[in-house]
Amino acid sequence: MIQLCPIADLTPGAVIRIARPDVPVPLALVKVGERVFCIDDTCSHETASLSDGWLDGHEIECPLHESRFDLRTGKPDCPPARRPIRTHVVQVVDGMVCVDATSLALAAETAR
Amino acid sequence: MTTIAVVGTGLAGVRAAEALRADGYDGRLVLVGEEAAQPYDRPPLSKQVLLGKCESQDIALTDDDLRAVLDAEWLLGTRATALDPASRALTLADGRSLYADGVVIATGARARTLPGMPRLPGVHTLRTLDDAHRLREDLSRPGRVVVVGGGFIGAEVASSARALGHEVTIVEYEQKPLLRQLGPDAAGILGRLHTDHGVALVTGVGVTGLVGEDGVRAVELSDGRLLPADVVVVGVGAVPNTEWLTGSGVACDNGVLTDERCRTTVLGVVAAGDVAAYRCRGGRLRIEHWTNARDMPVIAAGSLLATLRGQDPMAQPVHDPLPYVWSDQYGVQLQIAGRPGVDDVLELVSGSFDDSFAAVYRRDGEISGVLAVDSPREFGRLRRDLRSAWSVR
Repeated sequence: MIQLCPIADLTPGAVIRIARPDVPVPLALVKVGERVFCIDDTCSHETASLSDGWLDGHEIECPLHESRFDLRTGKPDCPPARRPIRTHVVQVVDGMVCVDATSLALAAETAR
Repeated sequence: MTTIAVVGTGLAGVRAAEALRADGYDGRLVLVGEEAAQPYDRPPLSKQVLLGKCESQDIALTDDDLRAVLDAEWLLGTRATALDPASRALTLADGRSLYADGVVIATGARARTLPGMPRLPGVHTLRTLDDAHRLREDLSRPGRVVVVGGGFIGAEVASSARALGHEVTIVEYEQKPLLRQLGPDAAGILGRLHTDHGVALVTGVGVTGLVGEDGVRAVELSDGRLLPADVVVVGVGAVPNTEWLTGSGVACDNGVLTDERCRTTVLGVVAAGDVAAYRCRGGRLRIEHWTNARDMPVIAAGSLLATLRGQDPMAQPVHDPLPYVWSDQYGVQLQIAGRPGVDDVLELVSGSFDDSFAAVYRRDGEISGVLAVDSPREFGRLRRDLRSAWSVR
């Protein structure tokens, strides 16, 4: 497991970008209600940071070309994005948001 | 069985087909496309495709999954040449006829050329994948490049040609590029982008001729100057493809005239995308931006299906989007929303006009547009403000 950030750092409706050497791909963390979602931060269409995008319920809109991704499934609603973004399972352990390292490593592998 | 024909296989045509199926249409669906190529996306043509950073398969608009969902007959490499309003029969360039209960016109626009100009080797317009491949071939050799027109296409081509190491000049008829679209302040900022990156900007002059015999040698300007050129790219706007509708009863005036729900003057015929001049806010808009081609066909498909199903089309949603366009030039990302007037005041919100920034246009104190350079997050926030103001207007 990789520790990402303290759960206390997450505010509902706000997006945090995690880009660190020990995390294989940049991630975006979002708290909606009491649930924390973790997705790849990079839009599946072109290089844009989804954490710069607009959050509306369970959807995050790419700041460049307006495809919206569902945080729960990663699926886009309309072009230009056609491919889903990856979603990652997170756990809160001792107040820290953690993500499974193997799932992230797989994501980094297929992203290449 | 019901037949719907979608004429045009660019983004608007593909999106119309997608929307028809998503709306539950399970009849026969035929797509007619002039180009033989599978549908593709155009924004990368002036950038990644010219730079050799992506190929045809990277810009495909459909994949196996989508094609399975669409379950369509694809008539590619043939043009529709006529539409009979009584029978709604399409005549195709290859002589075939196609009877349809409903027609979606999505024939787009073609690049405008300079009037009376000879077709010389080395002279290009950029609209199609073939255009991009031909231009890329010419840009693979050293040479001087002159871009006629300082709009988005001209700016992106200049940026790509510069990145490929060419000496580049932009000729713009107005005093500044994009002056009428963005007003003097923003036009000045975007003009500086060119000069900062070593592209010469020649403004306030027209082009009166092209010099050369077996290939272009120079561009002749209205002030008598000759600009040496090995490659000329003409980016002076686009003309809607409506000629084939002569005699069809589909009214056209700089585009296919539609109402707020994309319906034309012929029942069962709708139009969407670059070709459509739709009624909006008491006026008429024909928008050539990518997002319009993505979103308008959804409205068109909805009102066409309502008509075919005998439902009240007036109960369908109207097309009234907040205009949005982006452009990538010299590694800089521009985003513009709204329809700022040329006299609207540009007001800096964050950053600096010398670097990255977000700014709003104001008219009588009210927000009328948003312009951002490399500031996507701030742009998104300001666009929301603009959207609220837009929806109450």
